[in-house]
Amino acid sequence: MSEKPRNAAIEGWHTMEEKPHLIGSQCKACGTYFFPKQSEYCRNPACDSTDFNEVELSRTGHVWSYTNACYKPPAPFVAADPFEPYAIAAVQLEKEQMTVLGQVVEGTTVADLKVGMPMELVLEQLHETDDDVKVTWKWQPLAL
Amino acid sequence: MSNEIAILGAGMHPWGKWGHNFVQYGVAAAREALKDAGVPWQDVKFVSGGATVRCGYPGYVAGATFAQALGWQGAEVNTSYAACASGSQALAAARNKILAGECDVALVVGADTTPKGFLAPAGGYRPEDPDWVRFYLGITNPTYFALYARRRMDVYGDTLEDFAAVKVKNSLIGSKNPRARYRKCFTADDVAASAMVADPLRLMDICATSDGGAALIVSSVDYAKKIGKGDAPRVAAISTTTPTFASSVVEMPDIATDSAAAAGIDEHAFRSTLPLKAYEEAGIGPEDVSLAEVYDLSTALELDWIEDLRLAPRGEAAALLRAGDTALGGKIPVNVSGGLACFGEAVPAQALAQVCELTWQLRGQAGDRQVKDAKVGITANQGLFGHGSSVIIKK
Repeated sequence: MSEKPRNAAIEGWHTMEEKPHLIGSQCKACGTYFFPKQSEYCRNPACDSTDFNEVELSRTGHVWSYTNACYKPPAPFVAADPFEPYAIAAVQLEKEQMTVLGQVVEGTTVADLKVGMPMELVLEQLHETDDDVKVTWKWQPLAL
Repeated sequence: MSNEIAILGAGMHPWGKWGHNFVQYGVAAAREALKDAGVPWQDVKFVSGGATVRCGYPGYVAGATFAQALGWQGAEVNTSYAACASGSQALAAARNKILAGECDVALVVGADTTPKGFLAPAGGYRPEDPDWVRFYLGITNPTYFALYARRRMDVYGDTLEDFAAVKVKNSLIGSKNPRARYRKCFTADDVAASAMVADPLRLMDICATSDGGAALIVSSVDYAKKIGKGDAPRVAAISTTTPTFASSVVEMPDIATDSAAAAGIDEHAFRSTLPLKAYEEAGIGPEDVSLAEVYDLSTALELDWIEDLRLAPRGEAAALLRAGDTALGGKIPVNVSGGLACFGEAVPAQALAQVCELTWQLRGQAGDRQVKDAKVGITANQGLFGHGSSVIIKK
């Protein structure tokens, strides 16, 4: 385990506690959720609101679909050397009625996943810099 | 019908990785289309180009670039950029000009020169750019295609063998297309032996990027009759509709779908809404379609498109494939050009290449690839940022 401080790879997109939440926004007029956060204009065609609340999104949902990355993506992705394949899941959040993509935690492969499986949000290392460890949200099968 | 235009000529520069300037491909395609139409270049009064964003300023003003290359003769020009639907939007611009009575004959042309490998976004720390975000988090183009493919497997029971069968079908027919880049007949074993890229998709399930050029000469029906081509295939419909909020399918380059949590908001799948306007505008239904050219960015995506075009009920495209119904000689042949599997994607030319193939098919000029008695053809494609198109061509 690195001694370096842990910082969010993308600042302000999720909380940093052990059971983290994605930080989105919700339109004060129509209730539409947005992730990434939207705070300028509502994109519901029936709404012209410009007022939003910052909200924490549900941290559990169900798998809409999943895959993996067998080859190293191009920059700005920062790959470990040697490159380690990782799984990716699209997870449906029930209350928000939206689907959010993310990597799946290390050690979980596509063979462990299934459409409809319950998942929860966790934080894990995305990559390391000279100064810190950049963490991001990842999906993890929900222990039942 | 008053909103129809005639397709007088079609032309293509063969797809490949030639490494030449894109203008060369466009000019070759345009000249072939002009010759095919029997229309002198000087009679073309509107040049509608599909833009390429990878070839510098000449690509941004492609309509003018092609007009200059063919020899300035005073025609008005237009350049359309709509990602993978650029060609269809350029065709729609030409149709509008013709139907407005502002010109009789138009050239529609798109061409591209593609770099090798991944198209990486600009560097720095730019979380406001969804393309930067998804690459930073390790989500590439094949990720999206693979998510759709895997969902088909888990929800409809499609198999890896089904996806491979799409490649085998398209490579067999594409081997007979002299304009295709890949002309080898691949087997299911070849597909299975290729490297896994994004499970369940292997290298041979995913299309490449190519250089290429495609062009059409289109005219008013009156003009077509005047020059003795009254029976030329017609553009019966062009749909370039955008999505309807809220998206139900996560689309490249987004990290999330829209939320459908607000009252009165339903989920909509963009791909399946695209052909609706085309069918309505043409006044025909899926049962009238003789053949389809769809955007098989992946093998599995061809099956999605078959259902999006209502050529099979949702979840049943694989059954159609297994029965041989989407092959040449089947009930509804799909991608008899060989599709993107054999061409690779040349973005601003691809939607026009689909229409070129339908034109040759409807004229009965497709040789070994000819669909018997083809009367109506439909295209479908989708690109980034809410772009997509579906074009219907009929006799």
